Amino acid sequence: MPFIPHTEDDIAQMLAAIGARSIDELFDEIPAALRARGLGNIPSGLSELEVTRLMQDAAELDRPLRCFAGAGAYEHHIPAAVWQLVSRGEFYTAYTPYQAEASQGTLQLLYEYQSMVTALTAMDASNASLYDGASALAEAVLMAVRAHRKSKSKRILMPKSVHPHYRQVAHAIVKNQGIELVEIGYDPATGQIDQAQLKGFEGTDVTALVIPQPNFFGALEEVDTLTDWAHAHNMLVIGLVNPVALALLSPPGEWGETGADIVCGDGQPLGIPLSWGGPYFGFMCCKIEHVRQMPGRIIGRTVDTEGKPGFVLTLQAREQHIRRSKATSNICTNQGLMVTAATIHMSIMGAAGLEHAAGLCARNTQILVDKLSGIGLRPLFRGGRFHEVTIKLSQPVGPVLEKMAAHGILGGYDLKKHYPELGETLLVCATETKTEADLEAYVTALAQALQAS
Amino acid sequence: MLIFEQSQASRRNGAQVSTQPVAADGIPAHLRRKHRPALPGVSELQAVRHYTRLSQKNFSIDTHFYPLGSCTMKYNPRACHALALLPNFANKHPLTPASHGQGFLGCMYDLQNILREVTGMRGVSLAPMAGAQGEFAGVAMIRAYHDAQGDHARTEIICPDAAHGTNPATATMCGYTVREIPTDAEGDVDIEALKAAVGPQTAGIMLTNPSTLGVFDRRIKEIADIVHHAGGLLYYDGANLNAILGKVKPGDMGFDVIHMNLHKTFSTPHGGGGPGAGPVGVSERLLPFLPVPLVSFADNRFQVMDESDRPQTIGRMSAFNGNAGILLRAYVYIRMLGREGMERVGNFSTLNANYLLHTLTQAGFEAALPGRRATHEFILTLRKLAKETGVTAMDLAKRLLDLGYHAPTTYFPLIVPECLLIEPTETESKEALDGFISAMRQILNEAREQPELVKNAPHTMPVKRLDDVRAARELDIRWKPAQPQ
Repeated sequence: MPFIPHTEDDIAQMLAAIGARSIDELFDEIPAALRARGLGNIPSGLSELEVTRLMQDAAELDRPLRCFAGAGAYEHHIPAAVWQLVSRGEFYTAYTPYQAEASQGTLQLLYEYQSMVTALTAMDASNASLYDGASALAEAVLMAVRAHRKSKSKRILMPKSVHPHYRQVAHAIVKNQGIELVEIGYDPATGQIDQAQLKGFEGTDVTALVIPQPNFFGALEEVDTLTDWAHAHNMLVIGLVNPVALALLSPPGEWGETGADIVCGDGQPLGIPLSWGGPYFGFMCCKIEHVRQMPGRIIGRTVDTEGKPGFVLTLQAREQHIRRSKATSNICTNQGLMVTAATIHMSIMGAAGLEHAAGLCARNTQILVDKLSGIGLRPLFRGGRFHEVTIKLSQPVGPVLEKMAAHGILGGYDLKKHYPELGETLLVCATETKTEADLEAYVTALAQALQAS
Repeated sequence: MLIFEQSQASRRNGAQVSTQPVAADGIPAHLRRKHRPALPGVSELQAVRHYTRLSQKNFSIDTHFYPLGSCTMKYNPRACHALALLPNFANKHPLTPASHGQGFLGCMYDLQNILREVTGMRGVSLAPMAGAQGEFAGVAMIRAYHDAQGDHARTEIICPDAAHGTNPATATMCGYTVREIPTDAEGDVDIEALKAAVGPQTAGIMLTNPSTLGVFDRRIKEIADIVHHAGGLLYYDGANLNAILGKVKPGDMGFDVIHMNLHKTFSTPHGGGGPGAGPVGVSERLLPFLPVPLVSFADNRFQVMDESDRPQTIGRMSAFNGNAGILLRAYVYIRMLGREGMERVGNFSTLNANYLLHTLTQAGFEAALPGRRATHEFILTLRKLAKETGVTAMDLAKRLLDLGYHAPTTYFPLIVPECLLIEPTETESKEALDGFISAMRQILNEAREQPELVKNAPHTMPVKRLDDVRAARELDIRWKPAQPQ
């Protein structure tokens, strides 16, 4: 039986030491009526060889597709060194660094992570991660309500240009605390937040405005104008950003006159495999005056009894294991291993490498747009973009995507389910992993799929 | 030394930059970044060496016995990691159509069914990304259930005083107030206090069984009856499922909803603090409220069900499919153990814990609950030793590090003074346990003969004891580049 090392001799000696006749006797405090009658329907165990074959066969069913889907998860190149280092047992099998002296590796790495994320976002403070981008947005909403003491309304302006799944997660997590997420529409010409609709909230009590950059459509929001408007009307600004895009885009700490107050997003583009949606990690940053309202672990640098620098979990008085029902969040475990990957990824890429990758994303998407215009397809929205674009089709998107999949291409995301008002619109993404040939193949497959209908 | 202190802004890592031209023409000038972020400028070798060295400053399961109570630090089989990273799994975009995901979906469907069987519940959702999120989903379902009944008077969640901090924090996040009830002298829930606490305001109770005190609550059926009779529901915190795997099913104890910690019981990696996975299981009446997505099997195909198929769901917990890659690791582990292997987990985690408890008490340590069986973990209290020698649980924990053992959980549960919560898990050999016992004996002697040695531990770690107070007061939470001259 795997992973249990006991021999019959061991068992006999251990039972003798305990003074019990059998292992079963150790369960004599459990009422007999509760004892399970076995795990009958679960299959018998497999050897490593057998389970390897089983999983290889399963993987074989999942034929790979050339990926042109984004919509919140992005295919990027990950340097080979990243996951080789992450898979070291000292990272992979350590736990939350409660014993600081025996966890300086993880603690220093997390401090370096906090330093890198605050550099990317131009913010003062970062936590050591949350679960994913969507749950990070939910936590940012809760944090804004705690941090903005002058606002009593618990109303958050949540643009429709925010990822629809993120909005659903935020709703599921905050709804039981009497927080209202007010939907803000988008400009049909640009896909940006509808600023005319925002005007209706001037002079009312609103806790915060969420600004996605880039937004779910791939469009770039007017972040400076929006930030200054929100601050002028006593709202906090929650920036929701893509970390790779920040290599090129103005960082949220520099939006408008004074910058965003809370920043969050999904860290997946920083060295995390797509892995059918997880595990990824959420990041969260804030201005220093709000740091005590931030959820999750935070690492601080200090000194030991001999004055030597070292790292510890700090500001723990915010957390559930100390504050219990009055904690900032119930979060305990975060996504440590994914943060390990992201930290090594950012170190190996450096600012120049990240900027290069981001630049190739933007370039490839522009080439794709140009090629698509050759078959008569145009972006739905005008204006700036990063690495995603909405394309209007003249026929139902669903069947077109199915035909493209049959040709080995994941053609994008059908917007109809969440944006029926847009009709037949496709959200497509081209990252730096795409070659000229890939882009050409995409356009050919799409043209064929459209003709075949 | 920090990675930033080995960095030069102009150093490029050439392997990660192609010769292709880059042009971000689509980005208007006013939205562009004006200066590069201060990320490290290091070579690949510098980065590899730096992070290899950092890893060597960690204790981990692979390098040290790690008897951290309530965390179940068992061996993480390498096959689980390797197989979850098969390219067709690792490279799968979350929006891939089901037609190209039958392998992954099939594993998830099997996992749902196996976890349902193990826990004796009616349905399972794999959506929550950690134990605390599973707790959130569980309590949110309790709330959705009462709301659907039109019963809005239930505003309280009951938690024992020994509960994990996540329990009361979760109840608050779901909009409930928390009523704490005491534990009796033998470590069980105080039944009279429970009877006095329940009423029409009771939404439910959150319980761990075996409890955080390392004992099985013998009157669990009575507790279930009291809460159910008052119209409340029972929430099972699955943190200690390892103790009873194959022995008792939470569904048979009367629980309505449970979460499991796959990073504990099902051996997915702890990763320096996550990612975890916290699937939830429910009884019949909570089925409609399970979080999405769920995997179904119909017309000979696996499909993903979302809110459009499950109108009463409490909703979505993550942007996509939870911590799918972690779920895959747990699935591989479960298939390797199989039915027989899982039934042995409870047996041997309990044998190891009771062996340590008996041997350590014989060596002179004091059990917090003498006369009780250990489950998969148990508590020692150093209150007498601390009074006699001044050596505290914290001191002993630090001295263990010197001797090559990760410390047990200290100062939790909060209701036992100077406590050590010790959980050996089933994957440790008798030799490893005997080594730990020797170290504990040695420290007990040192505490009596040279207490300063223990009070000033650790002596062999990369750093000595760190100044937590200064860390919080003079907050230094990121490296800052030197100001340009």
